[in-house]
Amino acid sequence: MALRPDLAIIAAAVPTGSRVLDVGCGDGELMAALRDQGVDARGLEIDPVNVTAAIARGQSVVQGDANRDLADYPGDAFDYAILSQTLQTTERPDRVVDELLRIAPRAFVSFPNFAHWRVRLDLLWGGRMPVTRLLPVAWYETPNIHHVTVSDFRDLLRAKGIGVEAAWYLSGDRPTSAAAATWRAEHAIFLISR
Amino acid sequence: MTIASSLPLDSGQSLPSVTIAYQSYGALNADKSNAVLICHALTGDQYVASDHPATGKPGWWARMVGPGKPIDTDRFHVICANVLGSCMGSSGPATPDAVTGAPLGMAFPVITIADMVRAQAMLLDQLGIERLHAVVGGSMGGMQVLAWSAAYPERIASAVVIASAARHSAQNIAFHEVGRQAIMADPDWQDGQYYASERAPTKGLAVARMAAHITYLSEEGLTEKFGRRLQARDIKSFGFDADFQVESYLRHQGLAFTDRFDANAYLYITRAMDYFDLADPHDGRLSGAFSAAKDVRFTLVSFDTDWLYPTAESRRIVQALQSVGASASFVELSAPFGHDSFLLDVPALDRIVAGALGGGF
Repeated sequence: MALRPDLAIIAAAVPTGSRVLDVGCGDGELMAALRDQGVDARGLEIDPVNVTAAIARGQSVVQGDANRDLADYPGDAFDYAILSQTLQTTERPDRVVDELLRIAPRAFVSFPNFAHWRVRLDLLWGGRMPVTRLLPVAWYETPNIHHVTVSDFRDLLRAKGIGVEAAWYLSGDRPTSAAAATWRAEHAIFLISR
Repeated sequence: MTIASSLPLDSGQSLPSVTIAYQSYGALNADKSNAVLICHALTGDQYVASDHPATGKPGWWARMVGPGKPIDTDRFHVICANVLGSCMGSSGPATPDAVTGAPLGMAFPVITIADMVRAQAMLLDQLGIERLHAVVGGSMGGMQVLAWSAAYPERIASAVVIASAARHSAQNIAFHEVGRQAIMADPDWQDGQYYASERAPTKGLAVARMAAHITYLSEEGLTEKFGRRLQARDIKSFGFDADFQVESYLRHQGLAFTDRFDANAYLYITRAMDYFDLADPHDGRLSGAFSAAKDVRFTLVSFDTDWLYPTAESRRIVQALQSVGASASFVELSAPFGHDSFLLDVPALDRIVAGALGGGF
């Protein structure tokens, strides 16, 4: 099965032999791809059904909550931390980013861009919280409690003095430019470093 | 198997020789790399996947161990040894004194979980098995797995710890003390020298089992199974018969236990569990116990209704493992059966154990 495009981008950017923590690893799809390319990948996942599925696949996954349990990992325990499609669900995204860059010198952070034109139009013309392909759940039951835009995230990194080593922006499954990203990107992936 | 060399014990005493009774299932491969050691719980035994000789009941983990099962005996050579201090053939309080020939009783030295593991390592030495593919255990079996990873990390590739803890809590010790006092208060106990007499402390042992059995279940499970239903009657007796089904069940559990277990063995093994605190030799820092276990793959499972060895105890172990960079997996499974869930029908546990051993299920 082909990896989701954002996961494929991350997998391609992780060098063989590195140690990786996948925060919110789901049932271990990305970890399986990373393991195939010789990466020591471990996971943290909140849903016990997903954790069970990942362990049954032979993955090393701990059931836990990114809001609290990242604190259990020592500093520099990994080469890369990965937070894929999870930032907007955390209680304090800023603190989670700090934790990622404590346990690893580099981190991949990906999130749906709330400033994508379709979201903007939905809100502008519909006057309702948008329900889109990447944000498919109604406002009252969405796990996404901190909607974030590409510009918001860039501002946060700047305020914290966090460096951006690379960024990828996806419109559908296709890349789009950094300049047009705030409008055109449905999805953004940042490789950040201390 | 009787091993003629002496076994040093944590207490400072030693056993001049050790007998370890064990069962094995499945073939050992040519390079002896497919051995899986299963560690049994307090009242368990080596009959993990074969009928118990005294009761005729199927092995205590027959649902987990066997051909095509999560611990697949078509792939693995599975070994299960009766723990030191027990009563199913391994050295324990019923073992005869080398000089007098009379059962040792309370002259048998107090043993620890680490002593049990040292004896198992001696057994594997005798069998020529240098390294285990995995060591697996629930409850007190999980404590042995943890002790294995602390004492012999280079001898194990994978460690599976189910419904267990790295130390006995005050509550755990308290329940065990109730059981021991029930045994020792039974006049038939006779300071542990009852073997040659016509009497054995079956009443005390049955009460100990009844008290312990409650701790293995959940309130929800007890309510669902028995509620306040009466046993074989329509009205209360206004006496002290087993009016309630739950009383009748517990009495039966207590009595049946005395047919297969020795009271002194119960004293010694509960004591070994009470003394268990993996962090103790490391100034209370649990991570110290795992400092050489970085290359062991750990898998831990707890159950949401297990109040005897609650999830927090497993998390404490996971945190210590993460702090030394060991590979740890952990999940809290939902199951209604309390501590006993590890022995019962929990399909997610089957998949996890199979995955931890590198197979699918």
